[in-house]
Amino acid sequence: MCANIEMMMRINWKNRETDRGGEMNLQVEQVDKDLVHKFKIIGEIDIYTAPKLKEHLAKLEQAEGMEVELDLSEVNYMDSTGLGVFVGFYKEIKAHNAKLVIKGLNQRLYRLFEITGLNEIMEIEQIEGGEDDASV
Amino acid sequence: MPQETGKQYKQMLKSFLRTQGEEDLYLGQQFSRNFIEKKIAPEDVISLHKTSIEELIEDLPPEVSISFDFLIEMMIHYGLALKEHQSLIRKQEAIQMEMDIAVRMQNTLLQTATPEVQGLDIGWISKPAKQMNGDYVYFLNETSSQVCLAVADIIGKGMSAAMHMSMVKFGMDSLRYEKRSPSEVLSFINKMIEKSISDSMFVSMFYGKYDTDTATFRYASAGHEPALFYCAAEKEFKLLESKGLLLGVQEEAKYEERTVKLEVNDFVVIMTDGVSETRTENGFIEMDFIENLLCQVKSENAQAMVDYLFNELSRMQDYQLHDDFTLVILKKTK
Repeated sequence: MCANIEMMMRINWKNRETDRGGEMNLQVEQVDKDLVHKFKIIGEIDIYTAPKLKEHLAKLEQAEGMEVELDLSEVNYMDSTGLGVFVGFYKEIKAHNAKLVIKGLNQRLYRLFEITGLNEIMEIEQIEGGEDDASV
Repeated sequence: MPQETGKQYKQMLKSFLRTQGEEDLYLGQQFSRNFIEKKIAPEDVISLHKTSIEELIEDLPPEVSISFDFLIEMMIHYGLALKEHQSLIRKQEAIQMEMDIAVRMQNTLLQTATPEVQGLDIGWISKPAKQMNGDYVYFLNETSSQVCLAVADIIGKGMSAAMHMSMVKFGMDSLRYEKRSPSEVLSFINKMIEKSISDSMFVSMFYGKYDTDTATFRYASAGHEPALFYCAAEKEFKLLESKGLLLGVQEEAKYEERTVKLEVNDFVVIMTDGVSETRTENGFIEMDFIENLLCQVKSENAQAMVDYLFNELSRMQDYQLHDDFTLVILKKTK
């Protein structure tokens, strides 16, 4: 990636294949600057949208010294398939000696990382004033 | 196409041209079912129609006759699409059969028997949301005074989930007579799974061991939902939490081990997120909702309690489980 060039991508996935009747929606905004890559994920990460997120993250060319920041402050629901995407991404990042920060977790998501013990190995940050529970 | 069919079609058409009656239309419908069964392509039906009409109407304008050739061309692609569709249906039937075999195999290979333990009442249920279950319950009697149980949740479904379940079972079986502690069992299974699991897969697992001599329940968790403990004397629920990473994420992982002592009428509830994350039209249920349900049936036997919770929670989801549902209750009776 060229220095000082900011690239912004916005991808919108809609998936009608849902057993909950509603229309599932997941958006990813990506900002790349030098070796720092910031992703903002918006929507729900579940069995339907997780493969798309995985695909999107997989496009990132891993490089030593790279820093990746995933902002989940606008993710209102995530299930274990979603967690699987982050586990897979974390393993890849670690293998490349890169750095991963997952931030903007609401209380419910933070709890998910806590229960699974992933908070002990990953760098995660709870949303400021993260008392609100946006999952309902 | 047999000549006889051609004659019959012509006869029917002739009758319909004359009467334009419902009865002939009905006959036509029956006839078309026959065509479908005999795999007669749509373009062949039109060709049959063309021949029949040419024979029935002597002064048929040639344009009309030629127009059927145009229609036949048009219908050829419909015929191909139909063939493709039929072949997909056959493939689907074959896959369905394979799946049925896989489900039967999973059920046979991974079955577990509820152990008889002095003074401990055990009830459990494990229902898949779809065909194959991604949740797994396994009981092991190490000695007559000890019972071990594992409740695991494998992300991903289908065959890969079943394979990882077999690993969990094999891991537990191979440590059967070694009197290992829950944390040691989890470390061992983690090492085993980590080597063979794909990158974005993992297993969460709760492992507990109840000792009837001391009435203590020793447990450890690999990233699994905390269990609930009901203390009858205090009429209160407590979460049984213990730190530990999901199985399959990294080779080295430490599992905290804790114990809780059970008195008569105390019970432990182990579940998967299909229970604790029950999602209804109004959002997620909270843990105190589950606690309230349990309170209502706390004097029943363990299996009745499990069945009651399953019925209530599945009714709230209109009997359509969103996730595999697994619940185990261990209740001290004396």
